[in-house]
Parts: sequence; structure tokens; C-alpha cells
Amino acid sequence: MSSIIHGAGAATALSTFNPVDSKKLVSPSRTNLSVRSQRYIVAGSDASKKKKSFGSGLRVGHSQKLIANAAVATKEADTSASTGHELLLFEALQEGLEEEMDRDANVCVMGEDVGHYGGSYKVTKGLADKFGDLRVLDTPICENAFTGMGIGAAMTGLRPVIEGMNMGFLLLAFNQISNNCGMLHYTSGGQFTIPVVIRGPGGVGRQLGAEHSQRLESYFQSIPGIQMVACSTPYNAKGLMKAAIRSENPVILFEHVLLYNLKEKIPDEEYICNLEEAEMVRPGEHITILTYSRMRYHVMQAAKTLVNKGYDPEVIDIRSLKPFDLHTIGNSVKKTHRVLIVEECMRTGGIGASLTAAINENFHDYLDAPVVCLSSQDVPTPYAGTLEEWTVVQPAQIVTAVEQLCQ
Amino acid sequence: MALSRLSSRSNGIIRPFSAAFSRLISTDTTPITIETSLPFTAHLCDPPSRSVESSSQELLDFFRTMALMRRMEIAADSLYKAKLIRGFCHLYDGQEAVAIGMEAAITKKDAIITAYRDHCIFLGRGGSLHEVFSELMGRQAGCSKGKGGSMHFYKKESSFYGGHGIVGAQVPLGCGIAFAQKYNKEEAVTFAMYGDGAANQGQLFEALNISALWDLPAILVCENNHYGMGTAEWRAAKSPSYYKRGDYVPGLKVDGMDAFAVKQACKFAKDHALEKGPIILEMDTYRYHGHSMSDPGSTYRTRDEISGVRQERDPIERIKKLVLSHDLATEKELKDMEKEIRKEVDDAIAKAKDCPMPEPSELFTNVYVKGFGTESFGPDRKEVKAALP
Repeated sequence: MSSIIHGAGAATALSTFNPVDSKKLVSPSRTNLSVRSQRYIVAGSDASKKKKSFGSGLRVGHSQKLIANAAVATKEADTSASTGHELLLFEALQEGLEEEMDRDANVCVMGEDVGHYGGSYKVTKGLADKFGDLRVLDTPICENAFTGMGIGAAMTGLRPVIEGMNMGFLLLAFNQISNNCGMLHYTSGGQFTIPVVIRGPGGVGRQLGAEHSQRLESYFQSIPGIQMVACSTPYNAKGLMKAAIRSENPVILFEHVLLYNLKEKIPDEEYICNLEEAEMVRPGEHITILTYSRMRYHVMQAAKTLVNKGYDPEVIDIRSLKPFDLHTIGNSVKKTHRVLIVEECMRTGGIGASLTAAINENFHDYLDAPVVCLSSQDVPTPYAGTLEEWTVVQPAQIVTAVEQLCQ
Repeated sequence: MALSRLSSRSNGIIRPFSAAFSRLISTDTTPITIETSLPFTAHLCDPPSRSVESSSQELLDFFRTMALMRRMEIAADSLYKAKLIRGFCHLYDGQEAVAIGMEAAITKKDAIITAYRDHCIFLGRGGSLHEVFSELMGRQAGCSKGKGGSMHFYKKESSFYGGHGIVGAQVPLGCGIAFAQKYNKEEAVTFAMYGDGAANQGQLFEALNISALWDLPAILVCENNHYGMGTAEWRAAKSPSYYKRGDYVPGLKVDGMDAFAVKQACKFAKDHALEKGPIILEMDTYRYHGHSMSDPGSTYRTRDEISGVRQERDPIERIKKLVLSHDLATEKELKDMEKEIRKEVDDAIAKAKDCPMPEPSELFTNVYVKGFGTESFGPDRKEVKAALP
């Protein structure tokens, strides 16, 4: 069984994306869709020339050349896009999960309504019929206990995939995740490994209310011993799910409630995404925009506007929330010298805050402007639709921020 | 000859009917039947018999190992006062019968998981004194490489899963281990131990519900030493019948100071768990020290109470009396054994004191499986930056 491990990820340009209505997430024109290339070399690799000042020297012609480069990359890679099958993101997760359960009998799934009901977001649909009740376990509502049980089972060698029906519910299991999941490998001097995957949907949805719109990545990020990844496309969802299950470390896989119906064509052959690697979504020259999960699509929407205005943003989906892929990010910062972080976490203590600190610490000399971080407001997510929209970052704000940074 | 010592016994051990007159201490396996001091109290099940099968070898083994455990804990007390052990140190003396009786009833394939009062259970599971003292003093040779401390002893080969600081959290872990045992069809059980204080944690009931629902071979053992740190059980629990708290899950109340009662109960529980699902055991036991070394242990109970239990119910005294009454050893031989044990413990402490502290690089090992960080490199991919993110 050949397994292709892809370094960098897809550059997905959803040209008609409308951030307000998630139903229209299916991109009608497939010609723009570029599938990943093997080793994505950053287009425009004259980073070595180290032009430090873009200041007032924004040259429109330069950016057009780069876009042409991107188009070239698209066409080259397009030949491999002829095979493959199209599916929605939740189906991609299911496929990844099913393949791993086929491959390793130790993988089991536990969570509320994952079995007979098929999963509240259909990620585990059909698995209970195929694998039986002992491998796809419907638990009662007791996050603390079943997360603990998953961790205990992992200590003996099983590989449970624990689902929080909504990530917010896992706050009830915080003790188990922090103390037992994260720390047991260390406090036992390496005797026990905890190869669990904790996954579930989080993020701000469609008027789900404050308690069901939480972003837990900011709460979990300090826990030593765990890894966190956020998926954003069907391709990386399947790849990250598989990588997380195969990893010997505990991995928390953050999905987003609004991204489950994204459609994309993914390869037929087996592939895994690297857990610690960021994905180059759109190479550019003027500014680095770091984002993850749903905000990627807001950024790409803003990128369209920016390109029309003559800017050339480089968009990176950081994917790995813990640890940060400072290699990819660093290379990008060295090239563009400006960073904008767009995230869905709260302003205070979010992933963006840590990332800002990391970039300032490591790449201070390469920055021409302070790192700007656009995050959600520090408020509980309100129910009213308009208010909810203002809680999260919208494409217009991204455009404004880029314009200000690139002055 | 054995009958001359009968007058000294006062706690109602019924005269044994097959006395072994042999003075060979080590290998005699002639069966001896011992009656437990108190009957078992059962909830939703039939209690096991009060007659326990044993042998002279087992009796002497019990004595020796319990004396070792007692000596180890007392030595730990002195080490703590000498500031060689820091932080929290929870001592098990008084409760040795639970650890010993449990070990006698099970194999190393059965799993045990407990909270932080784990030194003696670790020893029972096959840990060495050297590992114990090294870990307590934070040395390299410790069972967790000095990185765990008193509350984090583990021994994977003997299915000892620790060693947990947050009480109550180990019970869902234990049920998870039982789940894995069922998943892999191992014919083994898991003993998830907790105290009367932790018995009020909600996650216990959650885990019990799942275990009963899925028929997991989980045995929940409540070591009821009647005090949750400074709070007596009657002040913390509306229903102090911890063995009945399972409601739909059967339970058994056991005299936890009688190693043979514990052994019988654990054997019974193992058979029950393999066939019918979870069961709760309540061990009625007592700790002589305070909750931990920072607690004098006398502000919430009287010294008379402590010395009273020590006189009437001490587990080692009980075994000693049995040994003497069965004529398996003389007083002098037992005293010599204790001296030997004392020396063994002192030697282990000396050896552990000589052991080096962990290397500075150990700070970053075992955070992730591949050491520290999943390879987050510096910007030029040449140096590995340990500081994350």
C-alpha cells in the first residue's frame, strides 16, 4: 500500500466564496482548484535578495508576475487532479477514520452518539455498523469520565479517538486532558504513551449561542505534552486525522462547525499530512497572513479584494497550533517582513497572542512593522445574527489591516 | 507447643486446626486455613466465606513484606523531616494489609491504579526500594526518572498505572484500563483504588455507570481510612456506606486491617468482575500518619484513637500473632527479620542518596514521545529550538 506523505498542502482558491452563507461553499468553477504539489517551493524565491524595504515601493507589475507564477503552478499540478474523488469535509474525516480503523485494530472511537446515531455531524456515520459496538462506543453524557477512560485505555496500548460533541463540552474533561493526557508520559518517566486523538467541532457557528460557540484552542495551548492541529479543507482534514491517529502523542484535532460541508476533490491513494507543518495557501510577496480553520476562508476572500487593489499577500494556514511551524512562518517573514495574524480565538490569550510573541521573539530583526493580530472580540458570542457577525473577523477588516500595514 | 501461646491472643482468631510445626522459614507450603476476624458485609451479592486458604510461606511472606513496607514509610518520614524528600509525601503505614492482601489474590497481568498514597502498592507490584527512595529524593534512578515524585510512581511491566495527584481522576482511567482489557480479551481485571474523600467525586459515578453498562472488569476499591485529609467521613458523606454507593453495582465491605480478609475479598471480586461486571470493595482501614507529611494528623482526631487502633487492629501485629501461634517462627526470629529489613531499608536509602540528580537535559525529555517538541526548528532548520512555540 503506497502512502504518499505530502509536505505542503493545497492552495485552494475558492473564487466565489461568500462568507455569510456557508451553503454556497461549493466552488462552481473547478479550474482554479490547484491540488498540492510534492515539495512546494515558494514561488518567487528571490528571498535571498532580501529587499528590506517595500515601504512605498509597491510595484503592481511585480505582483502580477507572481500571480502568473501561481497560475503556472496550478496548471502543472492540475494533471494530477484528474484522478481522485470529490467529497465533503465530514466525509473526508470519516474516510480517514475508517481507513485507520481498518488498518489498526487498536483504534476505537468513543463519544456521545457516535455509534448508532452516526455522529451529530455525521463524521462517524456507518462506522458502528461496520466495526461493531465495541469499537465505536456510544457513551453516556459524562465527558470527564469517558475522556479519562479513553486516556486509561491508551495507557495500555489502545488508540481511542475521543469525540467531544462540541469542543466546548470538553471543558468538563479539562482535568483529564491537562493532567492525565498531557502529563502522564512525563511523570511516568516515559513508561506510558498516550496515543489518543481528541476531536470535535468548535468555533463560532450560526447563532448557536455563547456556550456552543467556544474556541478551546486558547485554553488548551499551554498544556505541555499535547499537540494541537486545526483542519480547514477536506484534504487536510483527512490527512490530519490519519496523522493524529498514527501519532504516539496525544493530539487534539480542532474541526469547525461551519466547515463540515466544504467540498473538494481529494486523491484516491492514501496520504497523510504532516502534523507539525503549516500549509502555504497562496504565495505572495508583500505581507504574510497567518490564519487557521474557518478564518482561512475569510482571508482568501479578503485576498481577492487585495489582489484587485494591487497587493500580493502570502497566505499561510498554520494548521499546527501547537507547536507552531516556525520554519515555514520564518521563511515567509524573512521574505515579506510584515505579518498579519487572523484568527477566531479571543483577543486575550489566544493562539494569535502566542504566535505574536513567538514571531516577535524569533524574527524581530526581519520585521518592518509590528505584528498585527486580528481576533474575535473578548465577549461571549451573542445570539443575534448581526452581533455574532461582528464578534468574528470579517474580510473587510482584513483588507483594512493589510492596507494599513503595507503603507 | 503452639498452644502455649494462645493465651496472648486477644482478637478472636479462631484456633487453627492444622498446625505446622516446621521451623523452616522459607519454603513450607503446607496449607493453613485462617478465619477472618470480622464477617464480610455484602450489598447485592453473596459474601465470600470467612475461611481463607493460606500457607506458612505466605504468612511469613506477608509478615516480611508488610514489615518492609512499614519500615520504608517510617524511613520516608525521617527523610522528609531531614528535607531530603520535598513537596507532598503521603504515607501508607497502617494500611499495608490492603496492598499485601490484594497482591496475594491477583497476578501481574491484573492492573492496579491508585491515587497518591502509592509507595507500598508500588513495592507490592514488584518495585524495588532503590527505585522508591530515588524517586522520592528526585534522583535519576527513580522509577519515573526523578520527574514524577512521591505521587507519580508507575510500573508498566507489572501493570501498575500509578500514582495520580488529582484524586478521583484515576477511577475513569482505571475503567479505561478495564475497557482495554475487555477489548483485548485479556481475562484480567483492574483495581481502581481511591479513598473515602475521593468517593464523593462525580466522575466515579460516571465511570461506574459506564462500567456497569458495558460490563467492564473493573473493581473499585475504596480505602476508607475515615478521614479525607482533615475531614472525617461523617462530615463529608451523607452515606458513609461506600460499598453500597454503587446502588445497582454489588459491593462488599471488608476489614482492611486483616490481610486475609482483603485477600479473600479481592479474589472474590476478581471472579465476580470477570463474569458479571464491576463491583465495589470498601476496605475499612486506618492510617497512622496524617494525610501527608505536612499534616500532623492530630488536630482532627485524638492520639488515643490512633494508639487504640494501633493496639487492637494493627495489621502487622495480627500477622505476627498468627505466625507465632502457628509456630512458624520465634519472637527472636521475627525480631531478627525486622532488623534485617531495617538494614535493607537503610542500605537502599544510602544507595539512593549516592544517586545523581537528573541531567538538565532531562527537563525536556519525555514531554512528547520523541523527546521534546515535535521538532520545531529554528528558522534556518539547523538548530532545534526547544522553546515552544
